[in-house]
Amino acid sequence: MGRSLKLAAQALAVAGVAGLLALLVWRVVHQNRNTVAVQIAHGKTGPAPAFSLPRLEGGGKVSLASLRGKAVVVNFWASWCAPCKREAPALERSWKQHSRQGLVVLGIDANDVSGDARRFARKLGITYPLVHAPTTIWDDWGVTGVPETFFVDRRGRLVDVHVAGPVFDGTNRGKYERGLRLALRPV
Amino acid sequence: MRLVVTAVAALALAAPALASDAHPTLNELEGEVMCPICHTTLDQSSSAAAQRIKAFIVRRIRAGDSKSEIERRLVADFGPAILAQPPKHGFDLLAWLLPIAGILAGAVAVGLAAWRWTRRREPEPALVGVGPLDPELERRLDDELRRFDE
Repeated sequence: MGRSLKLAAQALAVAGVAGLLALLVWRVVHQNRNTVAVQIAHGKTGPAPAFSLPRLEGGGKVSLASLRGKAVVVNFWASWCAPCKREAPALERSWKQHSRQGLVVLGIDANDVSGDARRFARKLGITYPLVHAPTTIWDDWGVTGVPETFFVDRRGRLVDVHVAGPVFDGTNRGKYERGLRLALRPV
Repeated sequence: MRLVVTAVAALALAAPALASDAHPTLNELEGEVMCPICHTTLDQSSSAAAQRIKAFIVRRIRAGDSKSEIERRLVADFGPAILAQPPKHGFDLLAWLLPIAGILAGAVAVGLAAWRWTRRREPEPALVGVGPLDPELERRLDDELRRFDE
């Protein structure tokens, strides 16, 4: 009786440890390593991940699918980000300059208090569409900080340009212009 | 009587919890809300994002929001991961159940060990229920004892 009880307890302990290890392995395997940033770094330019996000002001949602046929600059920002304040006027100029060619600058505010983001947008007079997203969107796109910018072409496919940092700082200006040119190419 | 004591104890414990929900403090919420950029609680972070969230909490406390209202607003803006406590559903439920299961398993193990330990302290079965001595052995023992008395 004592021996079988001891064996049962040992088996239970081993099963417990094995269960915890299985959980750890499952979590590691299911980590999202196939982010947009990683795809672009590997030169893969497949379809951009679909999303439908609430507008920061005015209600309603904006989905990436609804922008098919347009070139989209996907810009991640937050109201607490100082470089974003410097970048927003430049994006506003770019959007006004190229909107007739079918360009949409879409600002995705994430990891931010939406009220602060609205005040930020009003203060800077941003007119391009702005949406608010939950924290998880950073993981899907592989965003590691703000501002970061991606490009989606008229067919809804990623362009292999990823700008980390303000789009008009240093070498980022060249990257931004290349991304814009590739995204605006006619279908 | 026992029922009255239980009710009084429950009320005594519930009162501070209700007061905390109605009148939360920044200190209290700083330990329960995460900084989404640095993945630590707000009280351990001085990042720009954490500062903004702390300022938001202060504004909502001044506006008279309860703790649960502030948490609901934060979840609406950031998602459920903004709360340090994992949700009590889906896969995250394991974070709540595993420690309880561990404590129960530990209690069972300690109980079993204690039970076995007490059993070992009972008299050895070999010393209990010894039968009558062999007549020859008994006679020799009597002789020895008589010689000892002389």
